[in-house]
Amino acid sequence: MRIKTGLGGTAGLLAVALVLAACGNDDDGGTAGGDPSQNADATEVTLTITDNAIAGGKNSEGAAWITDYVIPEFTAMQEAKGVDVTIEFEENGVDDEDYKTKIALDLQSGSGGDIISIDGIWTGEFAEAGYIAPLSDIAGDAVDDWDGWEQIPDAVQQAMSFDEQVYGIPVGTDGRVIYFNKDLFAQAGLPADWQPTSWDEILEAARALKQLDGVTPLQINAGVPMGEATTMQGFLPLLAGTGEQIWADDAWTGASEGLTQVLDFYGQVYGDEALGDPLLQQEAQGRDTSFQLFASGQLGILIEGDYLWRGVINPDGGIAPMANRDEVVGWAKIPAREPGAGIDGQDFVSMSGGTGRVVNPNTEFPQQAWELMMFMNSPEAFEALIAGGGARITPRDDVNAQALAGDPLMSFIAEEVLPITAYRPALAVYPQVSVALQEATGEVAAGTPADDAAQTYLGELEGIVGDDGSIAD
Amino acid sequence: MTTAPSPTEVEPDPAGAPTGARRSRPADDGDAAGLGRWRATGFVAPALLVIAVFLVFPAIWTLYLGLTNWRLTGLAAAEPEFVGAENYTDALSDPAFRNSLVLTLAFVFFSAIIGQSMLGFALAWTARRLRPAVRSVLETVVLLAWIIPASVVAFLWLALLDRREGTLNALLGTDGTAWLLEYPMQSIIVFNIWNGTAFSMLLFSSALASVPPSQFETAKMAGAGTFATLRDVVLPNIRGHILTNTLLITLWTFNVFAPYLITAGGPQGRTEILGVYIYRVALRDGALGQGAALSLIMIIINLVVASVYLRLLRERRS
Amino acid sequence: MTVRAALGVVGRYVFAGFVFVFFALPLLWLLSAPFDAAPSVQVSLPDFTLENFRTLWDNPYAMRSLGNSVIIAAGTMAITLVLAALASYALSRVRIPGRDTLLYLLLLLSSIVTGTAAMVPTFLLMTELGLIDRQLGVVLVLTGGLLPTAIFILKDFMDSTPRSYEESARVFGASSLQILRHVVVPIARPGLATIAVWAVVQVWGNFLVPFILLRSPDQQPAAVVMFTFYTEGGQPNLALISTFSLLFSIPVVLMYLFVNRRYGFRFHGGIKR
Repeated sequence: MRIKTGLGGTAGLLAVALVLAACGNDDDGGTAGGDPSQNADATEVTLTITDNAIAGGKNSEGAAWITDYVIPEFTAMQEAKGVDVTIEFEENGVDDEDYKTKIALDLQSGSGGDIISIDGIWTGEFAEAGYIAPLSDIAGDAVDDWDGWEQIPDAVQQAMSFDEQVYGIPVGTDGRVIYFNKDLFAQAGLPADWQPTSWDEILEAARALKQLDGVTPLQINAGVPMGEATTMQGFLPLLAGTGEQIWADDAWTGASEGLTQVLDFYGQVYGDEALGDPLLQQEAQGRDTSFQLFASGQLGILIEGDYLWRGVINPDGGIAPMANRDEVVGWAKIPAREPGAGIDGQDFVSMSGGTGRVVNPNTEFPQQAWELMMFMNSPEAFEALIAGGGARITPRDDVNAQALAGDPLMSFIAEEVLPITAYRPALAVYPQVSVALQEATGEVAAGTPADDAAQTYLGELEGIVGDDGSIAD
Repeated sequence: MTTAPSPTEVEPDPAGAPTGARRSRPADDGDAAGLGRWRATGFVAPALLVIAVFLVFPAIWTLYLGLTNWRLTGLAAAEPEFVGAENYTDALSDPAFRNSLVLTLAFVFFSAIIGQSMLGFALAWTARRLRPAVRSVLETVVLLAWIIPASVVAFLWLALLDRREGTLNALLGTDGTAWLLEYPMQSIIVFNIWNGTAFSMLLFSSALASVPPSQFETAKMAGAGTFATLRDVVLPNIRGHILTNTLLITLWTFNVFAPYLITAGGPQGRTEILGVYIYRVALRDGALGQGAALSLIMIIINLVVASVYLRLLRERRS
Repeated sequence: MTVRAALGVVGRYVFAGFVFVFFALPLLWLLSAPFDAAPSVQVSLPDFTLENFRTLWDNPYAMRSLGNSVIIAAGTMAITLVLAALASYALSRVRIPGRDTLLYLLLLLSSIVTGTAAMVPTFLLMTELGLIDRQLGVVLVLTGGLLPTAIFILKDFMDSTPRSYEESARVFGASSLQILRHVVVPIARPGLATIAVWAVVQVWGNFLVPFILLRSPDQQPAAVVMFTFYTEGGQPNLALISTFSLLFSIPVVLMYLFVNRRYGFRFHGGIKR
């Protein structure tokens, strides 16, 4: 245990330490990546799956899938091989940050489930802390031999990689598009098959919508209250549209031309023309409100992920259900600033994220845990998950090709958006950089000139990563 | 038969501790039950043991973390470095921290000291002479505001203050007023009064209940008005409770986090009180070492504030 | 009744009316939203349904979590009350140098352990003591955090109980514990009732401690289960959250009314009669 060793001196001063010493039989957990063949031939195996999913609550389809499909099927498979497997499922249903705190505490004390689900963006910080280890260090050659890797595009694998090492298997991915309300578009004389090819065309459509009464034309997430939604659904896709990325060639992007262009675009949206509602970006529940507005046909254009479609405005179980979603809601790819200006010279861009599962380096049964991982990521398992109502874009091309055929938006993202998408850098300081970006966009939305906000951001960035050359000029 | 309790004089506490305004008696007279040192130690020991193991130990450990650059994840989690006072100098030189401190002092003064104590006392005083049924209803709504978890309370206030369809705008006819953006500090102050008054009300109700009724009767017979009764009967009896209440709600209000759920510290940091600032540093930015350092700074500020209270109460007494 | 007295009565009720409106207004949402099929953050006449209650009834953890909350809250309250009563009585009667300063320092320390930074030491401590995933562990950690405040408040009440009764009881040969139980506690009852209500409220809404220290959802209290009604994207399911909040508040209100009636924030002691 890392902390404790550093604290021996202080703790020793306290009589309480005696109590600890008396009770402590610490098995010295925390040694990352043990022997892959440990317990490989065991006939009695206990494995624990930890996930931020819970029956009757958050991500309940995922929880039901583990309880009703994964556990009985895998147990039966192993029984056929003469292995007696008991799988426990540790359910959670909390905010992602709280979930992260809990599993970080687990991993740091050398305990925790054998298979743990984490957000891809945490991979870097967990790896640096030594909480997780590359899969092949834990389970050996069996990892490289898995045939599933071929089905997962390299870009998607990146979501669970750090420093060129694969730490986990992605469970799913997503993509961002521009949603628009076709009814409002018709009233404003705009086409139902709208596909803007530049930022200017987005602004033009918004100006047309501005003529309608009681309608907010456009909402591009900005500001700190929106949290990561600002970065993922606002700043980063726009930055990708200028041909830049926030982390490139081992350096963070400072007050670059692209960054200033993005902030300038925010200024156009929330500035004098008031195409978007800047107050909405300052309210603590602004994102919820913008969802409500979109669902009730008072908001014209919104950049969001597939989550909006399946989790928010879904007439069947969404939190802001939209009964006529399938008829009224249109979507388009996010254009670069102008055609060809995006990253890699693309005309259209997007951003993706995703969760995944890792194997706990402290597992007593590395081989069996890896087998369970492979099973959970098999095409059959994903099909069972989707059949159980957990519609999502899986990491596997083979599964997506069939399973998403019934859903026009999801297959649009899988086919059209994933090939042009980009991922955030899974680095430990990324969350802090992200906050600095949110602050910059928030300032511009509140009226600060783009150049000033860019300089403030640069100052923040230097405070976060130090000015030792890891910021691009 | 009514027996008047022996009069209790108030005299300065020679120890000069923050709670010195309490009534104190000569040592031999105080130990009326004949406890003796050893039995007294036995009475205190169980509580002290639980406090030592589950409070003092983790708290001191936390304070040690405040001297490191420790984080929950990342490189600094694997090998935390000892940085000494750096966390403290960083905090004190951060303009956001100073902004936060000023906001917090205003927040504590208006919402806790003025709002919660005064309203709490007024409620406790008034409720004594309301009909029992009316009193129960009134106390229950005040209490509800206190016991509903912060996550839910946030929705209640958003529904009240919402710009578009808020209840307050509907009642006042001020459609479109974004209370949380135009009057952010005022909003969270009122919110905190609403949220926390119940404690002061309870404490003062109990304190008033401990005032021997005979003293009220004596005052009444002497023809004392409300003000005179408060000054001559109530205040001397509950002075200790007033100090306790003020110390506690000050400390708690310094730590209050619930306004974050309503304003997220915004707009532009205008409601980023210390509890919210620490949350931002410790949890969102992940700098737990610095968060621990901030906790100690907050404690020191509280010590200073407590000594000010003590002085004020002493002066008023003389 | 004199004019002045009548004015006093009117004034009291007007004041009570204003306060009632101030405190009740925000609570309106809690009366409309649980009965609405798709509530938003606004108070409106609901599209009436009891479906939300049925959904919660069928939820595997919701109802049980209320029971867990009662267990954890009652346990913490009982231990806090007993230990704080013993300690504050002794501290009130026997002079220990620097006692008040020490008490205040402990009080200040208790504000640290409620913070996130302290969660890590607490977690590691509980792991060492083998108290992870046990409600007893949660009760002990919470008790440790509440005790200084409880002693601090109770000491005021102990200080203001007259000594003469203890002296007479002692003359009749009562032991210290008997004196505490039969003489002091009845007089300090309003204070004890305050501490009891306060302790339950503190525990009832606490999320972080039980969430970190308990593993299986079967054991989690309602404040933790409340957060399962958010979507993967962090948006609240207002229908279930509002309904659950309503259920969540009921036990505490009932307890308050019970304590208020039974032990009362009224003057009870042996002074009258």
